[in-house]
Amino acid sequence: MRDFFLHTEVGSGLLTLFETLGILVPVLILMAYSTYFERKALGAFQLRLGPNRVGWFGLAQPFADAVKVFTKETIIPAGANRFLFLLAPSITFILACMAWAVIPVQNGWAVANINVGILYLFAISSLGVYGIIIAGWASNSKYAFLGAMRSAAQMVSYEVSIGFVLVSVLLCVGSLNLNDIVLAQSRHWFAFTPLFPMFIVFLISMLAETNRAPFDLPEGESEIVAGFFVEYSAMAFALFYLGEYTNMIMMSAFASILFLGGWQAPFGLTFIPGVFWLLAKISLIMFFFFWVRATFPRYRYDQLMRLGWKVFLPLSLLWLVLTAGFLEFFHMLPRSS
Amino acid sequence: MSVVEPIDLPQSEADVARRRQVVIDSHAINFGPQHPAAHGVLRLVLEMDGEVVERADPHVGLLHRGTEKLMEYRTYTQNTPYFDRLDYVSPMSNEHVFVLATEKLLGIAPPERALWIRTMFDEITRILNHLLNITSFAMDVGALTPPLWGYEEREKLMEFYEAASGARLHANYYRHGGVSRDLPAGLPEQIWEWSERFPRFIDDLWNLLTENRIWKQRTVDIGVMDAEQALAWGFSGPNLRASGVPWDLRKSQPYAMYEHVAFDIPVTRNGDCYDRYLVRMIEMRESVKIIRQCLERMKPGPVKVEDRKFTPPKREEMKRSMEALIHHFKLFTEGFHVPAGATYTAVESPKGELGVYLVADGTNRPYRCKIRPTGFSHLQAIEVMTRGHMLADAVAVIGSIDLVFGEVDR
Repeated sequence: MRDFFLHTEVGSGLLTLFETLGILVPVLILMAYSTYFERKALGAFQLRLGPNRVGWFGLAQPFADAVKVFTKETIIPAGANRFLFLLAPSITFILACMAWAVIPVQNGWAVANINVGILYLFAISSLGVYGIIIAGWASNSKYAFLGAMRSAAQMVSYEVSIGFVLVSVLLCVGSLNLNDIVLAQSRHWFAFTPLFPMFIVFLISMLAETNRAPFDLPEGESEIVAGFFVEYSAMAFALFYLGEYTNMIMMSAFASILFLGGWQAPFGLTFIPGVFWLLAKISLIMFFFFWVRATFPRYRYDQLMRLGWKVFLPLSLLWLVLTAGFLEFFHMLPRSS
Repeated sequence: MSVVEPIDLPQSEADVARRRQVVIDSHAINFGPQHPAAHGVLRLVLEMDGEVVERADPHVGLLHRGTEKLMEYRTYTQNTPYFDRLDYVSPMSNEHVFVLATEKLLGIAPPERALWIRTMFDEITRILNHLLNITSFAMDVGALTPPLWGYEEREKLMEFYEAASGARLHANYYRHGGVSRDLPAGLPEQIWEWSERFPRFIDDLWNLLTENRIWKQRTVDIGVMDAEQALAWGFSGPNLRASGVPWDLRKSQPYAMYEHVAFDIPVTRNGDCYDRYLVRMIEMRESVKIIRQCLERMKPGPVKVEDRKFTPPKREEMKRSMEALIHHFKLFTEGFHVPAGATYTAVESPKGELGVYLVADGTNRPYRCKIRPTGFSHLQAIEVMTRGHMLADAVAVIGSIDLVFGEVDR
């Protein structure tokens, strides 16, 4: 059996398939329930109940929503570029799923435990902007186009500061492998070291990267209606939605891996499996997403740019230099073996 | 979108259709009437340069119902409900202006208790209106929570409306010569209890928005109107006071019981969206003060003039008295006749100076009733306020000037 999976071509192919499903199915379920979680959390913030009709406490709501979007008609506007119009949501969704390949959920448990995990994640999340730009352009709508323009500028600017955050973490770890990054935090999580400001920068840039409030300008409900997906309906819309939430969960996982010790248990509570710790941390950061959404108004386009380029970029750059200087001065730089 | 004909003359009609060249003006955006921030049916044609608004052209009339003309064919009593439907977020203040104008022409004065009730409900209406405006303004700027908090409180206020008048929204409570009926037992106590809790709600809202950095960044110095401009464009109410003009009809030409209650008029200097928000927030606190004074000083008594030529008799009276029955019949079929004359009467509605120019010709119906809406003059200044700002600021400006299209279009 072991030989079949590890040493034959069919077997290793099957193994990869199982592994992929093993991560994607839980992620999609997680995604479905994060929409439920969001609606419940927002409901609590806003003195309402949230979904409570479908199933127990509304627990079947995500599935009811799924049935709804599946059975609706996908309307393609007359002036739209059909191929690109349908390609865009697929890109968004596929990229959001692809990123999960390198996320370790337990020591060594990743579909692809590659040496350049961080670069891979960074690349995938940068590609996400294409889905949005293509959607905005292919819709042939002014609102969608404005949304796409905003999104392109926004995601690119915040990626720069995310990049510097990543570099400073890398300096402390000495590896691009996500598994190694988590292992490096076995004694203290990076969020509780002098890297703390970077954690904050990452959390905020993460909101911008996933187009969530208060940086939800690309959809800007009250300004450009729904921005880049204003023309989308049914499953094409659902794919954007899925992509957005999967991305949020992915960014939460990324943040917990970089700063909150990934699957590591706090206070030595190791009898609970690491997967659950990772889940707990993801939920915590997801809650942060919803909390911010319930509290803050939306930034304006130029203010968002100013914040990205004039505050976060210098701050993360400064902290990067400080981190590097500190590590070098005290001879704490990890040496490559 | 404009159509440009080709230079060489085409031969056939089919040719024209085929060779017609359509040039799309890509920098004009049709903002509304189906837009989440259009506050009803505002259609704003925005000429944009990227994200910057170069010209904003508001279009009105999508909610025009011909109220003024319709009123010429109804009796005075039948006309009051039309005023509920003008500015449907502050119904009773609208009724007040019409009722006041008619009373002026009739030369009747309602009893004291009716005036206290009117004053109190005017202020409840003010809070109703400001709650909706502030919170939906917040939603336009992107804050999702305030509207839902605000609606919760509005619901309580509308219950008071319902208790007094029987309807949550279109109350039709004020009558010529008083109010339609007395407050039900227990309502004053309920309102008193509410007025004790409500300031805490204002504090919550205040904490959520006032010092919020993003909120301030989005509203401070946006859509600035200085005092001179504001007067020139015909601003009134909170929008005018935000620009630094201490003008409030409740103080300058008091009606109802406003000269007997103590309250302050908040005035700010900058005239931007943030100041308009602040003025409304503080006005809500002042309104609570007025409501409490009204409740304290209200004494039992009649709520309508006891003149059967204007107000219908009691039911039980009608069962016994022939005269009462006749009065009732005449009032509900023909209505009362208003002596010939004209008046311009205005009240400080939550949105500003709401005026009525009422011309009576001695019959039972108004000869002409011109309504001076508050929102119209605010709307026309959108162009001035948004020019050179970004699209998102245009949304903030629309939110801050408190438009209701029922009233703008009439």
